[in-house]
Amino acid sequence: MLRRRVKRGRDGGFDLRFPAEERDLIRSIGPQLREVLVDRATAIEDGADPAVDRLFPAAYPDDEERQAEFRLLAHDQLLESHLGALGVLEETADADRLDEDQLLAWMRAINHVRLVLGVRLEITEEGDERPRSPRDPRAPAFAVYDYLTYLQGEIIEALSG
Amino acid sequence: MTTAPVELKEPEIDDVVVPDRPWIVIVWNDPVNLMSYVTFVFQKLFGYSLEKATKLMLDVHEKGRAVVSSGPREKAELDVFRLHEHGLWATMEHES
Repeated sequence: MLRRRVKRGRDGGFDLRFPAEERDLIRSIGPQLREVLVDRATAIEDGADPAVDRLFPAAYPDDEERQAEFRLLAHDQLLESHLGALGVLEETADADRLDEDQLLAWMRAINHVRLVLGVRLEITEEGDERPRSPRDPRAPAFAVYDYLTYLQGEIIEALSG
Repeated sequence: MTTAPVELKEPEIDDVVVPDRPWIVIVWNDPVNLMSYVTFVFQKLFGYSLEKATKLMLDVHEKGRAVVSSGPREKAELDVFRLHEHGLWATMEHES
């Protein structure tokens, strides 16, 4: 049995227990997602990177005019919101305890990373083309994706409990 | 109190205000978001019971989409925004 990584404490906070190598991974995903988001902030056009577009979906996919209005109002705020969640994850990557808001930020930031990786790795509903060999260049990214899927499950279970 | 000004000009077609038909917010299926996550987000954002949130999540998963909220345009846009904050694939359209 795997030991629980995230557990609700008596005072409403959450206790975190990670082996060192998982801490390293959690610490490493922050800067990677930040790079992707900051690139987005400086890019002018949508469509340059479908994985990043996934974090900024269209509200009105069939109505160009309304979508342009919506994007004008929402895009920068959404970027700020994504960066905010990421900031909490980066600041608390070594913490042993989180309050509920911090854990909710972890949940969102981890999900953003999963969404970006999901597009890059072409994850589908039917199952994916898993690398057969550990020497496959995609193997590390699949390993990160699978770990974050597991961790997100842990976080949701703790939050729901 | 003032009296309403007398309208001299015939209103043009463009001036006729069409009452805002309700908008619906749709969440679409995607292969990455976990079922437990989607259910959790519906509960958290809309205050839905576990039962209702689970049913909506299953509709998304099995039928490919579900209407998760509705209302005037501003409210629907805010709901879409909050769903996007959580990485859900949400769009909005007029109720048909």
